[in-house]
Amino acid sequence: MSFLKEISPLDERRNYNEVLDLSSGDLHRGGIKPITFVRQVLAACFYPALLEDDSLPLDVKQRAESLLRECDGGSIGSYTDSSGITKIKHCVSQFITRRDGGVPSSPDNIFIKSGSQTALMIMLKLLIHSKDSCQTGVLIPVPTYASFTLAVEEQGAAIIPYHLCEEQGWMLQVEELRKALHTGRKTCNPVALYICNPGNPTGHIQSRKSIEEVIRFAAEERLFILADEVYQSCVYGDDTEFYSYKKVLSEMGSTISSTVEMASFNSVSKGFMGECGLRGGYMELVNLDPAVKQYASRLFSTRSCPPVVGQIALDLMADPPKPGDPSYPTFSEEVQAIKNTICKNTGRIQEVFAELPGISCQPLKAGFFVFPCLHFSLKAIKWAKKRQMEPDMLYCLCLLEETGLHVRPGCEYGQRKDSHHIRLFVATQENIMEDALQRLKTFHTRFMKEFS
Amino acid sequence: MSENGALPLRGKVLTVDTMNANVKKVDYAVRGPIVQRAVQIEKELKEGVKKPFEEVIKANIGDAHAMGQRPITFFRQVIALCTYPQLLDDNKFPEDAKNRARRILQSCGGNSIGAYTTSQGIDCVRHDVASYIQRRDGGIPSDPDNIYLTTGASDGIVTILKLLTAGEGRTRTGVMISIPQYPLYSASIAELGAVQINYYLNEEKCWSLDISELQRSLHAAREHCNPRVLCIINPGNPTGQVQSRQCIEDVIRFAAKENLFLMADEVYQDNVYAEGCEFHSFKKVLFEMGPEYSSKVELASFHSTSKCYMGECGFRGGYMEVINMDPEVKAQLTKLVSVRLCPPAPGQALMDLVVNSPQPGEPSYQTFMKERTAVLSALAEKAKLTEEILNTVPGISCNPVQGAMYSFPRITLPERAINEAKAKGQAPDMFYCMKLLEESGICLVPGSGFGQREGTYHFRMTILPPTDKLKIMLNKLKEFHQKFTQQYS
Repeated sequence: MSFLKEISPLDERRNYNEVLDLSSGDLHRGGIKPITFVRQVLAACFYPALLEDDSLPLDVKQRAESLLRECDGGSIGSYTDSSGITKIKHCVSQFITRRDGGVPSSPDNIFIKSGSQTALMIMLKLLIHSKDSCQTGVLIPVPTYASFTLAVEEQGAAIIPYHLCEEQGWMLQVEELRKALHTGRKTCNPVALYICNPGNPTGHIQSRKSIEEVIRFAAEERLFILADEVYQSCVYGDDTEFYSYKKVLSEMGSTISSTVEMASFNSVSKGFMGECGLRGGYMELVNLDPAVKQYASRLFSTRSCPPVVGQIALDLMADPPKPGDPSYPTFSEEVQAIKNTICKNTGRIQEVFAELPGISCQPLKAGFFVFPCLHFSLKAIKWAKKRQMEPDMLYCLCLLEETGLHVRPGCEYGQRKDSHHIRLFVATQENIMEDALQRLKTFHTRFMKEFS
Repeated sequence: MSENGALPLRGKVLTVDTMNANVKKVDYAVRGPIVQRAVQIEKELKEGVKKPFEEVIKANIGDAHAMGQRPITFFRQVIALCTYPQLLDDNKFPEDAKNRARRILQSCGGNSIGAYTTSQGIDCVRHDVASYIQRRDGGIPSDPDNIYLTTGASDGIVTILKLLTAGEGRTRTGVMISIPQYPLYSASIAELGAVQINYYLNEEKCWSLDISELQRSLHAAREHCNPRVLCIINPGNPTGQVQSRQCIEDVIRFAAKENLFLMADEVYQDNVYAEGCEFHSFKKVLFEMGPEYSSKVELASFHSTSKCYMGECGFRGGYMEVINMDPEVKAQLTKLVSVRLCPPAPGQALMDLVVNSPQPGEPSYQTFMKERTAVLSALAEKAKLTEEILNTVPGISCNPVQGAMYSFPRITLPERAINEAKAKGQAPDMFYCMKLLEESGICLVPGSGFGQREGTYHFRMTILPPTDKLKIMLNKLKEFHQKFTQQYS
């Protein structure tokens, strides 16, 4: 079947039975099962009659009971504090302290929201003067995920793009930040620097040194750091480690660590939880002006409170079963299985791509996606131009039509001019990944041949 | 940067002066300073500090479960089944609950309630919502494509206001809202930098809405802004009035004539108690007024899982139905809601159960109806009780609580009290409510948080505490008021 015709009409015979959706970062949609402990606790919280059930392990019941005690009227149907249930905020701050090797974290600086996206939007709302004669600017990486760009635009801010360096594994280079800021200052008032680490869609992860450089840059240039760290527990590259911005900041000497203003974000949507639909996320505020914090609290209160189920999921993420707990064996097996799956998938992806012409990929270190580069011939680019579409968008549409594989085009995330990419979700069941890779391989080989 | 690498001392990037100026104007009395004080007092009680009361009664917020109302068994069973599908094998759960759960799970990615849903909301839920609306409104069709599931009704309300807010200076969007109103509206209007246009409800006529008042306020507003939106809360919050059908027709006619977008906040639609009162949805009335109106008037109606007989505030479930929205604007709305990804899936599932509750013949029907009826009849009883007791207090006058969950009685304050309050820089009814809290542990919200006519004072209390506690609370209130009046005469 030639590509050099119109996109096939809907009723044409298809050579696949179902669509493989690798377009969104959704663990469960990808076939990975939820963590048993999490679902058992949630079910018991929803329907406390289950607490009398013999089938539920003791630690599940104890956790559910202790969480229900924190809810007014013992019901998860009650409103909570606007910034989240106090005990859960304590739990989150302890999680942060453990993660950061002892760096203190106060529950007063933790704000639970309906997903990290909502938290990010509230911070943007605080930072952005949408009516000023001089537009507020926010530095945003290219590439970055589309909903965030939309959120910034929605608030009326100017986007100041800074390019990640693809050739160096999508590295964040401070020189590029500096260049972007300099350009941005000509047309707007830059106030915030948004970082996604580990990155979406790129999967890059910053070295400790890189984080220090960025923090120093933000300090010098007086920028508020928005550190989106929702993929912090998805790290699989060899010799790769996640460093939180907070931890690095705390180790940079008191002048910087007590002045640089920052909000870091985490969520139950990613990692081993994958509970995107429950909408549980938090932000930790560092060095925020206390007067601003008061206004922020008031702003949060108008949204009444974050969904209680999301808050509970956060508690379980921050304080999972420990060795010795009845649920621990199953829990650790399930988490390990997810890690293994992702490792196997990323391995297979790199193997398959290595064999294919016209597609190349930076080393996969972290996150939930791979963002390979497609090398289109002039012929292919001309064909797309004729259809008034971005080449990678057209590639994805044809891929979907021809093989039923759904991935997203790089043009939705931003990329250097004349470069093209696709974004694939990697945390899916192994057999689904294999199927997806075969479909991609078949399509891509034909595509490259057709447009050679 | 100085030579030794240290930063010169500078102010913060984000200060009260550099932050979004609109945020400063945001106030939400329902969770404001009086509630903060109440929480503090609760802490003190826990620590053993002696007070003239043993517990704080939080009658400030419309949270039914917090006040002891039980969740509907069927709903919680289905949600538990959706959450932990292993329970589908457990014979302790009724078959109808299992069927609902299976149906919901089938529409979720990976059959999990933890997957993202589409930003507009799970398809089958939107279909069920549309069917419910159709049934409720006597067959008037509802298109699932016009249904947006939301994170509580608040999310939908703020989203529509955002969509409608535009212009600068004299062309800035004006939003008409009742006085008194639920402060989400005033807060959102402030946050968005829109212009608040007050229209006063008529306290003497049981908080009814007069078209002449709408006209007056609109006319005055046109001098300094561009009025585009008319918000109605029916049944009312804080006032509890249930609009008559005639009134709704008049409002629709007014909106049509003056080219206003109607926002109908109907989250209390099952909470109607008074004899002779009935809930009429704006959509139903609109369509029964014929195509001259039904094809023209732009309307958004809102519902939620937080109120009625469910009281599931913590789920953050809700929906809005948009009628006659310009297709291009609707496309923008769809884009706007996509930014926050999706509403919580359990809230969506719960909304599905609310609009698709057990039917006669189904195993759970009897229990469901029993529970639902118990909640609503208790509320009706408490509404009457509240009105009766408060009206026996000289200096307190309470309109009938026709619906919703609150009473908003008017209080007469002695001149001396008013002056002392003003000297403290406090609204007189805040002064009153703070004293009430400190002396009796009852937490209410002062009327100034909702808006009221100049020179009048009110408070809002919920009718949610269990009947016995409510009686105690009302009597304590009575005692306090008499003491307060005497003290400041």
